[in-house]
Amino acid sequence: MTDTATTGPQRQTAPARLDPHLLRTDFPILSTVNRLGKPLVYLDSAATSLKPLAVIEAVDGYNRAYSANIHRGIYEMAERATGAYEETRAKVARLINAPDPREIVFVRNATEAINLVAYSWGRRNIGRGDSIVLTEMEHHANLVPWQLLVQEKDGDLEFVPITDDGVLRPEVFEVLLHLRPKLVAFTHASNMLGTINPAREMTEMAHAAGALVLIDGAQAVPHMPVDVQAIGADFYVFSGHKMLGPTGSGALWARRELLEAMPPFMAGGDMIREVHLRRSEWNDVPYKFEAGTPDIAAQIGMGAAADYLMGLGMDAVAAHEKDLVTYALDLLPREVPGIQIYGPAAEHRGGLVSFNLPGIHPHDVAQILDRSGICVRAGHHCAMPLHERFDLAATARASFNVYTIPEEIDALAVGLREVSRIFNR
Amino acid sequence: MDDLYRDYILEHYRRPHNFGVLEAPTASYEGSNPLCGDRITMMLGISDGVVREVAFTGRGCAISQASASLLTDEIKGKSVADVEKMTPDQLLDLIGIEISPARLKCALLSLDTVAHALADDAAKKVEAGGSGAGAGAS
Repeated sequence: MTDTATTGPQRQTAPARLDPHLLRTDFPILSTVNRLGKPLVYLDSAATSLKPLAVIEAVDGYNRAYSANIHRGIYEMAERATGAYEETRAKVARLINAPDPREIVFVRNATEAINLVAYSWGRRNIGRGDSIVLTEMEHHANLVPWQLLVQEKDGDLEFVPITDDGVLRPEVFEVLLHLRPKLVAFTHASNMLGTINPAREMTEMAHAAGALVLIDGAQAVPHMPVDVQAIGADFYVFSGHKMLGPTGSGALWARRELLEAMPPFMAGGDMIREVHLRRSEWNDVPYKFEAGTPDIAAQIGMGAAADYLMGLGMDAVAAHEKDLVTYALDLLPREVPGIQIYGPAAEHRGGLVSFNLPGIHPHDVAQILDRSGICVRAGHHCAMPLHERFDLAATARASFNVYTIPEEIDALAVGLREVSRIFNR
Repeated sequence: MDDLYRDYILEHYRRPHNFGVLEAPTASYEGSNPLCGDRITMMLGISDGVVREVAFTGRGCAISQASASLLTDEIKGKSVADVEKMTPDQLLDLIGIEISPARLKCALLSLDTVAHALADDAAKKVEAGGSGAGAGAS
């Protein structure tokens, strides 16, 4: 299985290159220093991304100039808020090439999107003995909601295993599909291994076996062209805050007829057409799934982030991050004696590298790097089963984004040598 | 040069005191910090209300393991009552380095695990209707 499926109509011209040094001026936080006066070396973008001025100003602009509620007021300011909110839906749809903005449901994050599908679609469509196929490399967000569902419905979970290089084993996937699962749910890009999964091939295989497909795109949408129509997915979820947008923003995309058939997830205002004391009628999609006042400012910020990314061009973003990960996979083993790196070669990998130094706990690694202003993640990255698979308590992870520059990977290498020096002195 | 990773902390991490297992512990408990993967099993040999023997095994960061090494030195030979009275601040004093909020859980896992071991032991004694559970015995 090779990944060729994630490109779409937006791939037309020769890929432009990013100038990461130039675009760093769009990110005010990159000019800050830590308590020791060290400049920020932010290598934790897989946890959450930094925010460009365009996003900060979009959020601020709403709060300053038109902070009315949406879908209610008749006055000018309320119409402006509703307009900006709905425009965001169109931008987000464009970013992933969704055919219709009404297929975009706004949620707080990818986790909420998966829970929405598990509660709404899952509780209506998964019954006793039904199976759901996941993979060994899922984030807890694409595992625990399904555990709850099958526990309640007496269904089963099956898992596509991975190789020691961190790549899914297609031959086992094929066998699992003989179980006629109702749903196949997998991550587009792993947040620990960096593996980019062949989304279109897997979706085709799943569909041929009669399953629907949910893809967790939290680590894909910010970093590469994603085309949900080319992939052919049924559900696709992602977070705004990992794609340069604010925390509290995110989206679920699903095919219209699926959304139409699904019952509401949460109930309250905005999701109804008519309410009587003993019964109600639901609003149209996507509003049926958007009960209560959402995080309007954050969602508008997500729209600005989508614009910013599309302005850079997702092909250019992907090429930049491929360069970075190629550089890191070459540099770190040469410069940092004993470093253990997990995951596949650069060709199957997005912009992140998880690693360990021999005999040194990743928390200690991260703590010492922090003194140099270098931010990495240490822990299990919400993927405990994956760490069990490799018999690891924890790993450290450096993850990249559009504003990451090779000099920061150099700084990481220097920092890691310092960690080794302190521990081996 | 690094406040957190002083030589004696790293020394306790590399060659922890009381690392190993007791043949027949009277109390034991396995504690963990699931978020970071620190794990410590504390084994205590208590008689006449006194911690006569103590050993631990585990894996985790330098702070958690050095803390366990220092704590086990401290409580060996102490009365159960005194060990039960030990506060997090006393352990932090013993560790002697400034611990950031994010690492407090690492530093305090050892004490938490000892407290659980003693509480389980006390509960067992109450259940068995035996005398001399915990503090009263010393």
